[in-house]
Amino acid sequence: MSNVAGLFNYWVVIFLMMAGFFVVISQGNLVKKIIGLSLFQASAFILYISIGHVSGGEVPIYVEGSNLYSNPLPHVLILTAIVVSVSTTAVGLAIIIRIKETYNTVEEDEIQIIDNRKDDEDEPVEEEHPAEQKEDQS
Amino acid sequence: MSVVDHLPILIIIIPLIAAPLCVLFDSAKVSWLLALAACIFSFIGSIKLLNTITASGPISYSLGGWQPPWGIEYRLDLLSIILLLLLTSIASLVVLFARYSVEQEISKNRIVPFYATLLLAIAGLSGICISGDVFNLFVFLEISSIASYTLISLGKDRRALNAAFKYLVMGTIGATFILIGIGFLYMQTGTLNMQDLSERLPSLYDNRTIRAGFAFLTVGICLKLALFPLHLWLPNAYAYAPSVVSAFLAATATKVAVYMLLRFLLTVFDFNFSLNTMPLDVILIALGSVAIVSSSLVAIFQVNLKRLLAYSSIAQLGYISLSIGLASKLGIASAIIHLFNHALMKGALFLALGAMIYKVGGAELKHCQGMLKRMPLTSLAIIIGGLSLIGIPGTAGFISKWYMINASLEAGLWPLALLILFGSLLAIIYVWKMVEAITLQPSTSTATAPLTRDEAPLTMLVPIWALVIANIYYGINTELTVSLAQRAANILVGGY
Amino acid sequence: MELSITLMLALLLVPLTVAIALPFFNSSPNLREAVTLFGSIVLLICAAMLYQTIDFDNPPQLILAIPLPNYPILFSPDPLGIMFSLLVSTLWPITSLYAIGYIRQHKELNQTRFYCFFALSIAVTQAIALSGNMLTLFIFYEMLTLATFPLVTHAGSKQAKQAGRLYLGILMGTSIMFLLLATIWSANIAGTLAFQADGIFPADTDPFLLNILLLLFVFGTAKAALMPFHHWLPAAMVAPVPVSALLHAVAVVKAGVFTLLKVVIYLFGIDNISLLPAADFLAYLAGFTIVAASLIALKQDNIKARLAYSTIGQLSYIILGAMLATSSSIMGSSMHIVTHAFGKITLFFCAGAILLATHKTRVSELNGIGKQIPITLCCFTLAALSTIGLPPFAGMWSKWWLVQGTIESGQLILTASLLISSLLNLIYLLEIPLRAFFFQQSTTPLTFKEPLSPHLLAIGTTTLLCLLLFLKPDVLYHLINLIDKGL
Repeated sequence: MSNVAGLFNYWVVIFLMMAGFFVVISQGNLVKKIIGLSLFQASAFILYISIGHVSGGEVPIYVEGSNLYSNPLPHVLILTAIVVSVSTTAVGLAIIIRIKETYNTVEEDEIQIIDNRKDDEDEPVEEEHPAEQKEDQS
Repeated sequence: MSVVDHLPILIIIIPLIAAPLCVLFDSAKVSWLLALAACIFSFIGSIKLLNTITASGPISYSLGGWQPPWGIEYRLDLLSIILLLLLTSIASLVVLFARYSVEQEISKNRIVPFYATLLLAIAGLSGICISGDVFNLFVFLEISSIASYTLISLGKDRRALNAAFKYLVMGTIGATFILIGIGFLYMQTGTLNMQDLSERLPSLYDNRTIRAGFAFLTVGICLKLALFPLHLWLPNAYAYAPSVVSAFLAATATKVAVYMLLRFLLTVFDFNFSLNTMPLDVILIALGSVAIVSSSLVAIFQVNLKRLLAYSSIAQLGYISLSIGLASKLGIASAIIHLFNHALMKGALFLALGAMIYKVGGAELKHCQGMLKRMPLTSLAIIIGGLSLIGIPGTAGFISKWYMINASLEAGLWPLALLILFGSLLAIIYVWKMVEAITLQPSTSTATAPLTRDEAPLTMLVPIWALVIANIYYGINTELTVSLAQRAANILVGGY
Repeated sequence: MELSITLMLALLLVPLTVAIALPFFNSSPNLREAVTLFGSIVLLICAAMLYQTIDFDNPPQLILAIPLPNYPILFSPDPLGIMFSLLVSTLWPITSLYAIGYIRQHKELNQTRFYCFFALSIAVTQAIALSGNMLTLFIFYEMLTLATFPLVTHAGSKQAKQAGRLYLGILMGTSIMFLLLATIWSANIAGTLAFQADGIFPADTDPFLLNILLLLFVFGTAKAALMPFHHWLPAAMVAPVPVSALLHAVAVVKAGVFTLLKVVIYLFGIDNISLLPAADFLAYLAGFTIVAASLIALKQDNIKARLAYSTIGQLSYIILGAMLATSSSIMGSSMHIVTHAFGKITLFFCAGAILLATHKTRVSELNGIGKQIPITLCCFTLAALSTIGLPPFAGMWSKWWLVQGTIESGQLILTASLLISSLLNLIYLLEIPLRAFFFQQSTTPLTFKEPLSPHLLAIGTTTLLCLLLFLKPDVLYHLINLIDKGL
């Protein structure tokens, strides 16, 4: 099955990878970057899972009389990788929340402008974190 | 079944367990003590393992008793243990230093999570050094990376947030590249065990998938290594992170990335394929050279000292890449030597800057006035660390430079020797910029703070000076570092 | 053998101990000065004893550490090293005496720091003198730059900082780019860096490579002030006079030419050097430096600057002799290290004394001060005569041998440059006593005002030594002959 149609899974992988990568690079909104990152990672997952399929193989649960199973190992690996990806997304979103609280925007270029303005005034800026101040008082 | 037999896994598990324990106890002091205990345990464990490995060869430990190549194997050879020793010793010193430093730099309610995350990072980095299974290595890589992103975002300056985010995006792309590379290798060989891979790959070296996997892996690792031009995340990340984090990452994270590169290039794939068949030698030499010159030049113009040291780190990693690219036993050995020595240098320098931030409030050139009178021990530490960066004889930096230049001359590439020395010249300029700022005596009218002696606390001075003395010691008595590095290089290049 | 090793250790440790101990005496200057003087006299005794007891056929070896396999930090002196060590040991007490008088009268700040780093520099210079291989010499060569840096920038002024940057930049830049490269490359080719009589390079080494190495070694040793890397020397004149005297007339610059001589004699081997066209090129460059420096010196009005350029020229005498590599020229170079040192240090002492007594730094202002400070100017004249190379002073012998060397190797252009520069030396050095004694001060007449002070004593001592070396050069000749014998 080495013709173009037979390599269908790889085309999906390539498309998702490039789409995700493009979103990461081109989008200025930080949340969209994270989404692009997720797309990018999803392409890697699909790569692994799709290659695990053995043609003519059963689902990898032991059944009497079957000898050929699809490979369960990639599934296991990808479960781990999905967990990793979810953690990364979570941390990324947490950082975005803190950026939003500090800069009041999640657009990359606006953040740059705010920082450059502060740079010109030549002061390292303390975080302004209203939620936290409330916590400290309690 | 004693503790010693299970040391390979314990070194990772103890910090891993200590992390949630910290959160459980929810006290800054207890967290600090837990972290210190975990790191010291790992350090002592590494020394024990070093003795075992130098006596009887590599250690193989099967996780859960499942035999490789079906189970996950932890394999410790000489290169792993060098890195592990470096990692655990620096971790212990950094945690010792952190006691007062984090009180100032991290908001109160985040100190306990800070220690927990630091322990996770240490566990992750240790796992990378110990793991003998490529996917397991990926998992630990991500553990340490995510922990690093979080640690960097804890910085006082709000630009730390953006720096952490950029690092997150770039780091995840790099890690996903590594994942894809591993996927390609798995596709063609059906195994994830490094030993098994090294046996199965040679017959597949002409396979396009394997070559593509090699390329993905190399690019992903080089991103973690901050090799030019994939270094863009490093300057901001080191500059705005808390001082403890900068010191820790500068001295360990990139070194572990070099370890990953060596492990993949020389153990999984072999020396001939990676550096001769694939054009990686030329690429590493070219990119390393550009890194040395361009980063040193940028460092000269920095006002923020932490950023200056960050660019200096990129240049030093350029040296290491260049040495690997020389594709010889001496080249690999000199890369390992410089890896070790550079960790000592940068660790000392970043910690000393941390002490300065603790006392003075900032790490820009303008904060350095009168430092020599105010904090003589810290200033002296910065001066000695700087001299080591330049490569003055008597310091560890000189030894690295000697071996790297020797390796270049041996490979017949004397222009590279000139380049390495030129890099030292550039280093003189930016180090002297720091030293002059520190030793400059301000006139009484412009002095912004009283010039009374106000040295950093002991828990800060001890780690700084431990690293400085190590710098000088390993510049004079190089038996340990050089012999270990050369033996490791012989094993890596010569094959199992 | 044991005694020699102990004495070598003493030579290294005594000044180091002084340097470490001095900050503790910060509160009592008299005690501090006493420690310095005491230490320097102990050092002189040790150096003299080492000279007496050393057996050059079986030299003692002291290994401090082995940082690189095969290349230890090794101390193993040869006659040239002993000569240098003796020179520095003799001049340290005298300079300390001078410094005590000068610094106190000049009311310098940070005096303890001064004496501290002074002692440290002496320790490092001893280490250079006693080096047994190129690695050790390189290590302490670098350390000398660092140890003398605080002395050069002692004044703390903007000008001092600029001078310090130039000093560090040129010395460290050349030593890292050229000298270190040459050292490592030689180690690569020869497998050893230990000083040996016939040189270390195997007979089949590519001569092109040897030429490149020689060029790297010579240009890497910027302390020898060969043009175009000489700018640091006039810039360093911003330092206080005792610093300029001891360090830039004796320790630092002599460490430079000493390094070159060691490289020529013991790394390359005299016979091999004469075969290298690079050596001829460098000899001519030295000849050019001699004449150019003398011409520039003529135009300098600042006394110390004039003496600085004179030093550059005199150092190139030594380089010239080293590059010609005949028996006589090597003897002349080795001798010139000592004779020039005594002459130049006296000249610098006198310049400082003139500054102290009259607050004048320019040659054009010196009319008629002979009336005020006759003894100082007399000593200046005598030292000048030694530097020019006239009898009855020590400088004559070394010039004699150098001229002999140029004639022997048939390089008559170089003979001419030596003689021309002697003539120029005469002009620019003797102008000062000429003005002092024979010109009249147009303003208020000056009276005798030369009290007996430590620095005057120092000046007198060194002048006497110039005379003494001419009349009784036994020690010097003994050592020089040993160097020659070993070739």
